[in-house]
Amino acid sequence: MENIVEVKGIHKSYAKHQALQDVSMNIPRKSIFGLLGPNGAGKTTLIRIINQIIMADKGEVLIEGEKLAEKHIQIIGYLPEERGLYKKMKVGEQLIYFGMLRGLSKKESTEKTKKWVKKFEIEGWWNKNIEDLSKGMAQKVQFISTVLHDPKLLILDEPFSGFDPVNANLIKDEILELKEKGATIIFSTHRMESVEQLCDHIAMIHHSRKILDGSIKDIKSAYKANEYYVQYKGSLNGMTADYEVIENEVLGDDFNKSLIKAPSTIINPNEILQELINKVEVHSFTEKIPSINDIFIAKAKEKSYE
Amino acid sequence: MNKVLLIIQREFLSRVQKKSFLIATILTPLIFPILMGGLIYLAINEQKSVKQDVVRVVDESGRFDFTETSRFYFVESEMTIDEAKEDLNNSDDFGILHLPEFDIYNPTGIAIYTKSNPSLTMISDLESSIKNQIEDMKLKESGVDPAVLEALKTSVSVRSINLSETGEEVESSAGLSFGVGYAGGFLIYLFIFIYGAQVMQGVIEEKSNKIVEIVVSTVKPFQLMLGKVLGIASVGLAQLLIWIILISVLSMAVFSFFGLTSPSDAMMDQVAGNVTQVSGDDFASNPKVVEIMEMVNNIPFAYIISVFLFYFVGGYLLYGALFAAVGSAVENPSEAQQFMFPITIPLIISIIGLFMFVLNEPNGQVTFWLSIIPFTSPITMVGRLGFGVPVWELVLSMVLLVIGFLGTIWFAGRIYRIGILMHGTKVNYKTLGKWLFMKN
Repeated sequence: MENIVEVKGIHKSYAKHQALQDVSMNIPRKSIFGLLGPNGAGKTTLIRIINQIIMADKGEVLIEGEKLAEKHIQIIGYLPEERGLYKKMKVGEQLIYFGMLRGLSKKESTEKTKKWVKKFEIEGWWNKNIEDLSKGMAQKVQFISTVLHDPKLLILDEPFSGFDPVNANLIKDEILELKEKGATIIFSTHRMESVEQLCDHIAMIHHSRKILDGSIKDIKSAYKANEYYVQYKGSLNGMTADYEVIENEVLGDDFNKSLIKAPSTIINPNEILQELINKVEVHSFTEKIPSINDIFIAKAKEKSYE
Repeated sequence: MNKVLLIIQREFLSRVQKKSFLIATILTPLIFPILMGGLIYLAINEQKSVKQDVVRVVDESGRFDFTETSRFYFVESEMTIDEAKEDLNNSDDFGILHLPEFDIYNPTGIAIYTKSNPSLTMISDLESSIKNQIEDMKLKESGVDPAVLEALKTSVSVRSINLSETGEEVESSAGLSFGVGYAGGFLIYLFIFIYGAQVMQGVIEEKSNKIVEIVVSTVKPFQLMLGKVLGIASVGLAQLLIWIILISVLSMAVFSFFGLTSPSDAMMDQVAGNVTQVSGDDFASNPKVVEIMEMVNNIPFAYIISVFLFYFVGGYLLYGALFAAVGSAVENPSEAQQFMFPITIPLIISIIGLFMFVLNEPNGQVTFWLSIIPFTSPITMVGRLGFGVPVWELVLSMVLLVIGFLGTIWFAGRIYRIGILMHGTKVNYKTLGKWLFMKN
């Protein structure tokens, strides 16, 4: 099985609002999969369907090749966007309880809780009520409750919103560590920039439809615009006509910075550089790599023109 | 382990471990026997040291002759009323009964002068004593033989005996049946409100603290709701059972301290086929007391308690589910107010019906319907128990209650599953209706 999750032709609507339309995607095993899209695009709906909180109107979800069923609850760890804990329950008790809800026995759950509490160095909080903890402390407990049962599939809905920077980093490190250990992580976010350093695969959802998916590497190379930033002395006037200057910034003293677009026939940057050297004194030359955000905007525009 | 059981366990433990629960559970039964012991103690003391009030009689007509009663000791006074009034302040006597010269066919001017206000029963005691004497005078005047007059005096006390279906005779008391019905019905009313509100608060807490989405990713919303309702039910039952045990142990202690056989002892004796022997000191052999004890002993406690528990659980489940549905639809307790109306109305009808109809006319039409309809039966049927309920009515009412709570749990579950995940939407009855038919 190459894919741990396969989403096939999911439709979901609420009353008059269409939340998901014919959404399909494959989530490769041991990947960090980013589910991207603006607020209200349908990400949470899809996540809730995978978590069996709501049911799709049409289509199906396969986990490890099998139709979604109750037994899959055990292998999934879920951190919803709206999250909280029982305020008047002690840290230890609460974590054991959540572990047991995920199907661990009392003994297993206690052992794993102890292990995680030790790892996060919060043993001293075991008998404290959640309401007596600071927000940051509670966030740690919240995260432990998600990963306690060693899920093969971790689903995090907007994991970086609401967490303080220290905890957000902690979570990032944990995500990478869990991936090392063989877990697959799906997370959703509307902040595209947070994705690039973490994800290896993404899917974009916009207006209840999937508009793009694949590995980040493939997507980025597919969306390269053949554009380059150049800092130079001199003038670009008289460059071959098929080069296009998109932006130009005067830095002073005949010193300029431009964004140029090379003709699509030229794919080797050396050729472009050669062309430039003949005209101006080049100080710097960088390929403009599109950000995921740019790609999303381009893709969303393209879709709305269809 | 079954997840509903896990949820029940959490709900139960998190509540039972609270200090407020422990205090309420232990103190309430203590109050009851202390109250009862206190009353019995006072009653016995009153019996032992019958303090009769001395009433001076200034009888200007010279025709009256008062014999002492348990309450009054009469002293004929030779003083005039004015002298007597002056003298009263220097004595411990209760008052002066002034009987001026009057026409027996138009008795006026009779008065009692006291230092403290006499109670209504004192006045009516005196009035009936004077009335009897005047009637006797009238009879004598019309030539009735004093011997016949003496023979006319009768003392009557009506005993009330229930004939059971098997022909057994059981001494009963309307007052006691009333008391049992009143206490039972009211207790259920109170428990439904207190524990129903706890269900609602619990649901609102889970929803507003955003715990619910984590939980429903591991169990079905219906399981969560059921676990919460049952978990809190078990808290209520535990509290009730502790009360029953503590109260019967403590009242047994109180009873035996005063040398009486306690109801639960008597119940055991009855089971064993023994005749209850009332033994003890002066108080216990007082015939009036024996009579009351016999009636207390005749209450079928085992039957009443088991039927009570059934209605307690059934009524709680019926309303508890509805409270859960309300909790799921709102974000905070103040918003819940608007949806409480349909829940509180039948409960209030039940409690009003209990006082207006059930306890006054335990076999009336209104009583019948109130004790059959599942929304009112938990309170009103328990109110009828002391008076005896035909078996078929009880069975019908119980079956309907089971159907009733299964229905409300289903209904509540439909609303709950949608409600708990809804945030920031304005909810009214129309939205609730939509949720009811919405697919998952």
